[in-house]
Amino acid sequence: MFTIRKGIYMKVTKETIEYVANLARLKLTEEEKEKFIRDMENIISYVDKLNELDTSEIAPTDHVIPINNVFRDDEVLDSYPKDKMLMNAPSKENGCFKVPKVVE
Amino acid sequence: MELYQLTVHEMSDLIRSKKVSAVELTQSVLDRINAVETKVQSYITVLGDEALKRAKEVQERIDKGEVKSLLAGIPMALKDNICTENVKTTCASKMLDNFIPPYDATVSKKLYNEDTVLLGKLNMDEFAMGASTENSYFKITRNPWDVERVAGGSSGGSAAAVAAGMAGFALGSDTGGSIRQPASFCGIVGMKPTYGAVSRFGLVAFASSMDQIGPLTKDVTDCAIVLNAITGHDPMDSTSANVKYPDYSKALINDVKGIRIGIPKEYIGDRTNPEVKKAVLDAAETLKELGALLEEVSLPLTWYAVPVYCIISSAEASSNLARYDGIKYGYRAEKYTDLLDLYIKSRSEGFGVEVKRRILLGTYALSSGYYDEYYKKALQVRTLIKNSFDEVFKKCDVLLGPTVPATAYKIGEKKEKPLEMYLGDIYTVSVNIAGLPALTVPCGFDANHLPIGMQLIGKPFDESTLLRVGYTFEQNTEFHKNRARI
Repeated sequence: MFTIRKGIYMKVTKETIEYVANLARLKLTEEEKEKFIRDMENIISYVDKLNELDTSEIAPTDHVIPINNVFRDDEVLDSYPKDKMLMNAPSKENGCFKVPKVVE
Repeated sequence: MELYQLTVHEMSDLIRSKKVSAVELTQSVLDRINAVETKVQSYITVLGDEALKRAKEVQERIDKGEVKSLLAGIPMALKDNICTENVKTTCASKMLDNFIPPYDATVSKKLYNEDTVLLGKLNMDEFAMGASTENSYFKITRNPWDVERVAGGSSGGSAAAVAAGMAGFALGSDTGGSIRQPASFCGIVGMKPTYGAVSRFGLVAFASSMDQIGPLTKDVTDCAIVLNAITGHDPMDSTSANVKYPDYSKALINDVKGIRIGIPKEYIGDRTNPEVKKAVLDAAETLKELGALLEEVSLPLTWYAVPVYCIISSAEASSNLARYDGIKYGYRAEKYTDLLDLYIKSRSEGFGVEVKRRILLGTYALSSGYYDEYYKKALQVRTLIKNSFDEVFKKCDVLLGPTVPATAYKIGEKKEKPLEMYLGDIYTVSVNIAGLPALTVPCGFDANHLPIGMQLIGKPFDESTLLRVGYTFEQNTEFHKNRARI
């Protein structure tokens, strides 16, 4: 992994890229890894600029407009028909999404 | 003047006075698409016969006197990340190459209810990630003012189609400037409404806390008309704002006397191209002569906005795009060994380079041990940026500056320089971070005769003041009357 400190050039390693790619369920070619290492180094060094600001007393803003839980009455409403929901499935069978066997 | 060149309100006048039928109008725009689309490349899907059939139905209802909407019979097109039932919606990605939505986005439904005619779906950067429409899986959209240059992005197809007369108006989506920047590059009007003012239901998610749908039009009057049709509370979007929405056409007042316009000094400094700066300052002078009160203000956190945007948008994107697993819809790899391999191969083959780059950055920023350092930090700076806008809006009604630091660049010029491309969003991203409304209006041309846009930023839910200032500017200048010669 890598560390980031203000004003210090930071390095993204091949291991970092592979670790993150695995979390994101992506497989990268060697060429892509090289490219993304460079891009990530540039971008992460750049976003390090945020460390110039003291935010120790600042609350984070997840949403710009104050939103609380949005509830509706618990009524039965129409849902989409099953065949419409399945129409884009790459593979289906008997009204179900079809996937490779997951349980031995 | 040809029919396809007219604004929406001019088209609407002709339809309602029965001088032109919806079919003739649609045919004119379809002919225009046939004539120039090969040069501009703005559409992913064109609905020729379906559009004419729809226009015929609408005209029949107009003839019976059943139709009231100003948008009745107006040919329009939607960015290809807005779901349209039974019409392919690709997000310009291999991942959704064959995706046919089983439902309409709320905005699609609202526009159909106004009796508009859908012409097709417009090109964009893949999953709206980009600022040039060069990241489309299908094609690169070109700027109608100079086809060697980009149309901007990510709503580049929307902007180019409207600018070239290939749609009466279009909808786009704006997460960091994706409506305003291409509108500015293509010499048209574009608005990003306040976060929550337009339902996101049926908009393919990129960064949910900043995404917002808005209109791209030929002038400010059209912008108000379209805004009237698409704003409003929607129970299907839990972030939709339940407030009272005004009639935006009432904001079309040719008068800015007493309106306090703040010019952020950071927006007109060295980072802005001198020609752009001059055009924007000239526009400010015009508004001053018309009675507006100008004041220089400061948004000292301007330079922190792009890093905040990079982190938040990538983090949200990595989460939102986790749904593309090759199971329920979208691309599935042909060969795989087991379920995990199916996920990995489908995603690795289905997503393009820029999308992967952002997923990786976002996953990193959210990963254990780095969450506080990046994601939480970005959300804290977001609070500071929002506060700095609140501060300037205590003494101003609107802010004025350039929409983009420069005019449209050459295709390929920034393709391999992601960071440089992100910096082009410097004046637009803060608006999304703070959830504010903003309008871009054409205000000049550079030496290459490329359009320059000025950006007006408003208080939350105060689209009306933006429209009023933009309208007054248009009524007293000629820039909006220029059409790309293609």
